[in-house]
Amino acid sequence: MRILVVEDDPILSDGLRAGLSLTGATVDTVATCEDADAAIASSRYSAIVLDIMLPDGSGLDVLRTLRSRNDATPVLLLTARDSVGDKVSGLDSGADDYLAKPFDLDELAARLRAIVRREGGRAAPTLTYGSIVLSPADLSATVDGAPMSLSRREFAILSALMERPGQVRSRAELEERLYGWQEDVESNAVEVHIHNLRNKIGKDAIQTLRGVGYRMGAAR
Amino acid sequence: MRSLRLRLFAILIAATGIVWLAGVVWIFAGSRVEVEQVLDTRLQEAARMVASLASGFESLPGKSAPGAIAQLGSYERQLSCQIWSLDGRMVAKSSGAPDQQLSSTADGFSDRTIDGETWRVFTVEDASHNLRVMVGDRLSLRERLVADLIKGLMLPALLIAPLLGAAIWASVGQGLRPLRRMAQDLGAREPDDMRHVETDREPVEVRPLAMALNGLLTRVEAARRHEREVSAFAAHELRTPLAGLKTQAQVALAAEDPKVVRGALEQIVAAVDRSTRLVRQLLTIAKLDADVADAPRSRVEVGPLLSEIVEGTPKNAGTIVTIEASARDMVVDTNADCLQLALRNLHENAVQHTREGRIVWTASSNSLLVEDEGPGIAPDEIDKLGNRFFRGRSRSPIGSGLGLAIVKLALAKIGAEFTISNRTGRSGAKSELTFPVRT
Repeated sequence: MRILVVEDDPILSDGLRAGLSLTGATVDTVATCEDADAAIASSRYSAIVLDIMLPDGSGLDVLRTLRSRNDATPVLLLTARDSVGDKVSGLDSGADDYLAKPFDLDELAARLRAIVRREGGRAAPTLTYGSIVLSPADLSATVDGAPMSLSRREFAILSALMERPGQVRSRAELEERLYGWQEDVESNAVEVHIHNLRNKIGKDAIQTLRGVGYRMGAAR
Repeated sequence: MRSLRLRLFAILIAATGIVWLAGVVWIFAGSRVEVEQVLDTRLQEAARMVASLASGFESLPGKSAPGAIAQLGSYERQLSCQIWSLDGRMVAKSSGAPDQQLSSTADGFSDRTIDGETWRVFTVEDASHNLRVMVGDRLSLRERLVADLIKGLMLPALLIAPLLGAAIWASVGQGLRPLRRMAQDLGAREPDDMRHVETDREPVEVRPLAMALNGLLTRVEAARRHEREVSAFAAHELRTPLAGLKTQAQVALAAEDPKVVRGALEQIVAAVDRSTRLVRQLLTIAKLDADVADAPRSRVEVGPLLSEIVEGTPKNAGTIVTIEASARDMVVDTNADCLQLALRNLHENAVQHTREGRIVWTASSNSLLVEDEGPGIAPDEIDKLGNRFFRGRSRSPIGSGLGLAIVKLALAKIGAEFTISNRTGRSGAKSELTFPVRT
C-alpha cells in the first residue's frame, strides 16, 4: 500500500509515517493543501489520510477537488472535531471513513486496509492466489497452509500483483508502491525482489513480460 | 403605560374628546352671537311694527286700544311690548309685560333689570305721534334657547361616543398587527435561526425596528461564528498534539528497529515540550482573562527587559537579533509583568517565523517596534491574527496560535495599542505597540 498523509503537525505526521510503515505501507507526507494536490496529481496512492484543518485551507477542499476529477482513491479524514455534523459533512464530501483525533494507530491502519480492500472490490480481508494467502493485517503469508516469511517490500510487491491477478504491473508502478519520495530507488530492486519471491513461491508464479512488467496468472 | 394599544387608544380618545369639546365651545359661542343677532332683529322689527300700527290711530286715548293689544298678544310668551307717551304715561302694554318702564333709553337697544330679571329692549320713538314703543325679551329665555341648541347637538354625540371608542380600539389593534406578526415570526424560530426579518413588507414605522433587529442578528451570528471558529481551532490545536503523542508512543511500542523506537521517543519528548508550552500559554491567558484589577504601574526600563527576553529565547543559527539604542533606552510607565508577557510573545513570534535574517527592535517617542524577515502575513489573515488558536498559513511548527492573543490581552491591560502588518518593500512582519501618553 502506498499512502499519502496530509497533516501539518510535524510530530503527528512523522508518527503516521513511522507507524503506517510498520504495517507495510509506503508513506508520503505533505503538510498543505497545495502540496497534497500536487502529490495526488503526480502519484497513485492506495489511500489518503487527510487532516481537515490545514494551514492553507480545508482538507475538505482537497477532497472535493479529488472527487471532482473522478478520482476514487479512498480517503480517510482526520479531524479534531467529532460532532455528528462534522462527520456527516466529511463523508458527504466524498470521504470513505473518518477518525477523530486522537486516534489509535492500529485502528487507523485497519480502517485504511478496509477502505483499500473495498476500493479493490474485495470483501475478504486476505488476498488469495492459488495456494498463496496474504494477510495484509499482520503482513503474514502462507503457501499451502505453511507460513512463509516475506520482507516488507516482497510483501508489497506480491500483494500488488495478487490484488489484480492477470493484470500487468509495470516496474515503475511497483517501484511507486515500494518507495516514498524520501527514499532513493535502487535501480534493480524490483528485479531482486521478484527473484527472491520466485524462490519462495515457485519459479512460474510470476511472469515477466519484457519491457512491460510483471503478472501473476494468465492474461485477461 | 405598558401596552402600546392602550396608550394609542388613550391618546386617540383624548384627542378626539378635545376636538369635540373645542367644537362644542365654538358652536356654543357662535350660536350665541347668532341667536342674539336674530333675536335683536326680531325685537327691532316687532318694535317698528308696533310703532307703525300705533301711529295708525289718530289720537291715542287714555286707555289701551283693545284691537292693537290683541294683535300684540301673539308675542306674549317671549316678547313684551309697552307703548308710552313721550311725557311718561303708559298707553298700552302686552299681557305678559311688566308695569315698570322697560327702558329708559330714548331710542335703540338697552338692557335693564326689572324684578331681578334682565330684559333686552328695543325702543322706537315716534315724536309726531307722541309715542315711544318698547319691545323686550328676557335674557334667561335667550340662554335657554342656546342651551337647548347645544343639548340637541351633544346628545347624539354622546350616544356615538362608545361606538367611536370601540372603532378606535379595533383600528389600533389592526394597525399594530405587523408588530404582532413579527413577534409571532420571531417567537416561532429555532434558536439558531439567524435569518433576517423581512423589511420590505413591513410598514415604514416598523422598518427601523426590523432593521435594528437584523443588525443585531448579524452581530450575534458573527459572534457565534467566531465562537465556533475558535472552538474548532482550539479542538484542533489541543487534540493534534495528543494524537501525535499517542501515535508516536504506539510506534515506539510496536517498532522493533531500535532506530525507529529512538526516533519515536525523541518525537514524544518534543511533543511533551510543545504541549508544555501550550499549557503555559493557556494558563497565561486564563490568568489575564481572570485578572480584572488594574495592573499596578511602575517605571519600566525596556532595555534590560528586552535583553533578558532575547537571551532566553532560542533562535535559529541564521537569525541575528538587534536591539537598537532607541529601544534600549526607552523607559515606560506601565505594568512590568504585562509588558514582559507581550514582548516575550512578540519576540518568540518573530524568532519562530524567521528562519534566517534579522530581527530588529526599535523605538520612537512612545511606541516600540519589532520587525522580522520572515514570510510575513497573508493579507486576508491579518484580521484573524490574535484570535485564539488561529494559526496562519505561514505557521511555525511549534506555534500554538495563542502568542498574539496573549500579546493583545496583555497590551489591552496596560492600555497600549497593538498593530501587526507586513513590512513594505520587503518580506517580513512588523509589530508595533504604542503606549498611552500619560499627562
